[in-house]
Amino acid sequence: MHIVVCVKQIPNPEIAASQFRVDEQAKKVVPLPGTAMVMSPFDEQALEAALRLRDNGMAARITVMTLGPEGARATLKHGLAMGADDAVLIADAGLDSGNGYTTARVLAMAIRKLGAPDLILAGRQAADWDAGVVGCGIAEMLDLPVITFARSVEVKDGIVRVERVVENGFDVVEAPLPAVVTVSNELGKPRTPSLRETMRASRKPVTAWAAADIGIDAAQLAQDRARRTLERLFIPIEDARCEFIAGDTPRAQAENLVQRMREARVL
Amino acid sequence: MSASGILVIAEFDGARPLAASAECLGLARRLVGSSGGMVTALAIGAGAEPGPKLIAAGADRVLHANGGDPAEYDSEHWTACAAYAAGMVRPRLILASHNSRGADLAPRLAFRLQGAVAMGCVAVELAGGKVTATRPCYGGNAREVVAIEAAPAVVTLRNGCAEALAGEDARPGEIAALDFTPPPRRVRVVGRHRDSGEDVRLEDARVVVAGGRGVDGPEGFAVLRNLAQTLGGAVGASRVPCDLGWCPHSMQIGLTGKTVTPDLYFAVGISGAGHHLAGCGGARSIVAINTDAGAPIFRHAHFGVIGDFRQIIPELTRVIANVQRTDAA
Repeated sequence: MHIVVCVKQIPNPEIAASQFRVDEQAKKVVPLPGTAMVMSPFDEQALEAALRLRDNGMAARITVMTLGPEGARATLKHGLAMGADDAVLIADAGLDSGNGYTTARVLAMAIRKLGAPDLILAGRQAADWDAGVVGCGIAEMLDLPVITFARSVEVKDGIVRVERVVENGFDVVEAPLPAVVTVSNELGKPRTPSLRETMRASRKPVTAWAAADIGIDAAQLAQDRARRTLERLFIPIEDARCEFIAGDTPRAQAENLVQRMREARVL
Repeated sequence: MSASGILVIAEFDGARPLAASAECLGLARRLVGSSGGMVTALAIGAGAEPGPKLIAAGADRVLHANGGDPAEYDSEHWTACAAYAAGMVRPRLILASHNSRGADLAPRLAFRLQGAVAMGCVAVELAGGKVTATRPCYGGNAREVVAIEAAPAVVTLRNGCAEALAGEDARPGEIAALDFTPPPRRVRVVGRHRDSGEDVRLEDARVVVAGGRGVDGPEGFAVLRNLAQTLGGAVGASRVPCDLGWCPHSMQIGLTGKTVTPDLYFAVGISGAGHHLAGCGGARSIVAINTDAGAPIFRHAHFGVIGDFRQIIPELTRVIANVQRTDAA
């Protein structure tokens, strides 16, 4: 069984909101000095789902794949350290400034070039743009069944069985392989590689492909790019003026809060 | 024929359209007011019965398709049916509410129809043949405005971001069956597990009491539940307590959880990350209770109390219960 996990390198999403800046002119996030580039957490969980399948006794080759700059190699190394067998980096200046459509197309074509993987996993969304379109896009482009928002993934007899998170519980959904599954945070914590695994991963090779290697058509890419464009990027203004409630004791605070809420007619 | 008008994917609880679908229809009505075109509602598996309700909520035309339970989402069936309806209607914009159905359906539909999608939007405009949508991104820290040139634009709308119509029963409209045959099935739903309990209708609650990391464990949620019960509200949570197993994931409010827009929102032991605020920022009033006076939640709250929720919430519950008794007398 061959599993491909699509991952994205992003700036550490855990930085404090107070540190977060955007350049409205350039329509870009201002990189903070010292902010680490990491694997998007949902993608880490997608890889974790693949590793758990192997932990449970399935013979599986796991490939991590990313579209990104040369520096995204570090994220693939992290994937290898977590336990992936091989890694593919698609890096090409011609593929910069894309959107969900260009990304889905590039990844779909790279997956085709890999042969016919049985299972394709991706995070439910990347934790930078939070767009949540690429997993479904790959499935539509390759005409594969897709199951979104997995909290668990099992494979048996050529069928993938997924617990899919819905508002008030979960659905159990099955699809024949090959299939695409997007993974949600409900899957649980991904593993942290040990130092030994990290050292070993640093020696594993990364396959690098350019646009030409996977047969990307520049005209098609330009068309995909035009489908959706970024007009503006900004930080929302907080308009609330917080009124702090005084009081020497919790009881006094509670009484004062209720009084003020009643005066403001919110209670 | 160029694309025009709006197709709204309606969702149901039994035969009743969801409030979120009524909001999509209200928004669609407002948008066609200036852009022109028709509002078509698609009711999958619902039969003709909810037609009049969808027309009252803003549809000019209701297409109902057979197959499946309207309250139970089936991704392949819904995608194929919506794509078929879109092929007939040729809408400029397709609207669905942002939940586990819409967030699955919308991207698939956009790729299948060669359009483009914007997910989890808080505002949508349609002018001069162009769709623009505003949505939270970067974990709720930023907003992006995206322009969609491709037709159709497929947009999922967060709860509480548009006004439903008052429900004019006298609006004219047409109800027709969609002649749709589902394609052979690849994906099957073999089980549906639902949490039971009083918190399941978090989205509809007028008062929400939500706890975060600062609530310190499952016991803390029992304290919050007393306050919620006194106010006839529901209990929610930020992502951390759900990931730590203190409460079920169905209680999660935020970018990847539920979007709530109650009149009154208590944020207890919640620091106020953008991720969480993307799910509760639309509340009319926010009361934050936190031991850390520097917590970002206070920049979004209308009232702030600095202190230990274990002491403050029981006192607050008692004072509110007293006030309710006095008011009733």
